[in-house]
Amino acid sequence: MKCTGAKILVECLLEQGVDTVFGYPGGTILNVYDELVDYQDRIRHILTSHEQGAAHAADGYARSTGRVGVCMATSGPGAANLTTGIATAYLDSSPVVFITCNVVGSLIGKDSFQEVDMTGIAMPITKSAFLVRRVEELADTLRQAFAIAGSGRPGPVLVDIQKDATAAETEYTPLPREQHVTHGGLAALIHRASQNFRPPEPDQEDLDILARMIREAQRPFLICGGGVVLSRAQKEYVEFAERLDAPSAFTIMGCGGIPGKHPLSTGMVGMHGSQASNIAVANCDLLIAVGCRFSDRVALDPASFARQAKVVQIDIDRSEIDKNVPTTHHIIGDARRVLACLLERVEQGSHPQWKEKVFSYPRQPQYPISGDTLNPKQVCGAIKRILPQDTIVATDVGQHQMWCIQNFLFDYPGQLLTSGGFGTMGFGLGAAIGAKVSHPDKAVIHVTGDGSFRMNCNELATEAFYHLPIITIIFNNQTLGMVRQWQTLCYKKRYSQTDLDHRGPDFVLLAQAYGLEGRRVRTVEQLEQALKEALESQKGFVIDCAIQKDEMVRPMVAAGRKITDFLVD
Amino acid sequence: MMQEPQKLHTLAVLVDNAAGVLSQVTRLFSRKGYNIDSLAVGPTDDPSVSRITIEITTDDARARLLCNQLRKQIPVHSVTDLTERPNLRRELMLVKVRVPSSAAQTKILEVAEVFRASVVDMYPQCLTLAVIGDDDKAQGLQRMLEEFGILELARTGTVALERGKGTISDQTKMKGEFDYGKNLL
Repeated sequence: MKCTGAKILVECLLEQGVDTVFGYPGGTILNVYDELVDYQDRIRHILTSHEQGAAHAADGYARSTGRVGVCMATSGPGAANLTTGIATAYLDSSPVVFITCNVVGSLIGKDSFQEVDMTGIAMPITKSAFLVRRVEELADTLRQAFAIAGSGRPGPVLVDIQKDATAAETEYTPLPREQHVTHGGLAALIHRASQNFRPPEPDQEDLDILARMIREAQRPFLICGGGVVLSRAQKEYVEFAERLDAPSAFTIMGCGGIPGKHPLSTGMVGMHGSQASNIAVANCDLLIAVGCRFSDRVALDPASFARQAKVVQIDIDRSEIDKNVPTTHHIIGDARRVLACLLERVEQGSHPQWKEKVFSYPRQPQYPISGDTLNPKQVCGAIKRILPQDTIVATDVGQHQMWCIQNFLFDYPGQLLTSGGFGTMGFGLGAAIGAKVSHPDKAVIHVTGDGSFRMNCNELATEAFYHLPIITIIFNNQTLGMVRQWQTLCYKKRYSQTDLDHRGPDFVLLAQAYGLEGRRVRTVEQLEQALKEALESQKGFVIDCAIQKDEMVRPMVAAGRKITDFLVD
Repeated sequence: MMQEPQKLHTLAVLVDNAAGVLSQVTRLFSRKGYNIDSLAVGPTDDPSVSRITIEITTDDARARLLCNQLRKQIPVHSVTDLTERPNLRRELMLVKVRVPSSAAQTKILEVAEVFRASVVDMYPQCLTLAVIGDDDKAQGLQRMLEEFGILELARTGTVALERGKGTISDQTKMKGEFDYGKNLL
């Protein structure tokens, strides 16, 4: 049938099973938004306050569901406002298709109103960035975009469409999703890749080599990375750790890959990693990293990282092998599949002495109770006590993020939504909206700091309008705590531009201004009371927790230092 | 960490012959902080595939890293670092040189003969030479012509092939590992 580009676009979303999109309309994307009216029973559009919020929401949707998120924006500033959100998704391998429209073809390249070279901007922060000039290319490009975003190592893809291509008509034949790989550009890509390549199975010989290394190891140690979360491989990972009888740390992106409470879990590894994790890295003789790229926040000093160990990387992305830390061996494949294959080859191990040594060090930092104000551990403790075990937690970036990761023992992949790679302050509220929209039956909280919250608190309007009962909990220390911590430790306490005293706003009044509930709490009892109220009321809540300015994230290893050189215990 | 020695690396890259792909490849170099010494692009025997030859000066480890980042790009079919194996490298240089006198002309033609450069254009008081070779040869000729006065010079950038029967498209385990990530099933 003959359809306009706008209709084809929406039909292609349906082909992918998309039922929710996040976005913000504007001049060049009008045709698409006009078409959405006819599809409102099948596709729910969530209008945010700002395109950045929409980008984070689509990202949070993707992370919490494991499905491809969709975000739309108009040309120029609309598209440019997505940039931080696209980069956030890229650094954490989150599958999101970003759809923007550009000016009509005859105006391209003329510095027209709201024109920007969006594919150029997005190139280094996407898996692929397409510009669609002709309506005939549209369906095929969208099918490629979704396949690329969701497959292999997931990541964001941008499709920028000229406005005239959304108005023009062409023949459109619906194509079920399973058949996309046998048509058009995707078929060509698969044909090309498959010509050179063994079936998508881990290499048998590589698996055997690792099985042998495991048999020979005396002090095996595992790192659970984001790849375990992305491939939803928790069951296989836990079984693997138990089979090896090896302790396992997790990275920020690997939270939930191994349940935090599991007896073999040593806690987080790296800059703010637990002593147990970091000391195990330094002392193990075999380190198996699953879906982990050894970022500079994990392998702070690559030269001294796991010096006594043979390092083995299991990853889907070959370009991550040897990128940051040189390895002895690697296996390419999807984490879940590789682990399942290894389980067929590895016998039950037993390393009681090694475990005893590792677990003689703390897995969680100890925070002294300081005076009569709340401390971070108490805040986290109250949240854990009052809220359901399966609560989805979205965070912003800074001290509160680390406290949260250290203290909430995450149970399952997709439970923690946090910007690990790009470190985007202001990510949390958007992400929480994406998670709540896709998980209406689960409690969703947004843990933030006073600095991060001020960045994108405009999305409280979205939360209120769509009746999303998200609970925002602010660790309010009246400062940019993480930066202050560095200033305290490395800059002779010269607190340049980090003090937020007297800058407002009054977060309780702010919540009320958006039609939400706000509470200011100073004690554990008040906090627990507020959390209970929030849960019962099923309304959006903002809870402002006053904590001390000089609270620190413990332990801490300075950037670039040996992983056991703790600056703070 | 010990610094590895820097040397010239000749990378051959097979890519989709499509708009934006060259920019995607070259941006990767600037993004990782490399200056491209030489760049040549052209179609191959398959019109849907282009070959990009890029020369950069760096150490082996960083060249490997860069090749790996290139291989990951979706429009990239295949990458080789030709420096690692026997190779053929050629470049075309066109140079327009001043001919102040007939004595000079004789000398220039002698130089051209030695370098096996051919005269491709002649005009009163100037002539244009073409030479095919590697960087050393081009620079040698350039040096000899400088005394007469070079009016204009253009170089194509190096193109290169592996010697023997090996090709950039040969199937290797590593190539398979990179293609794994592009598997879209």
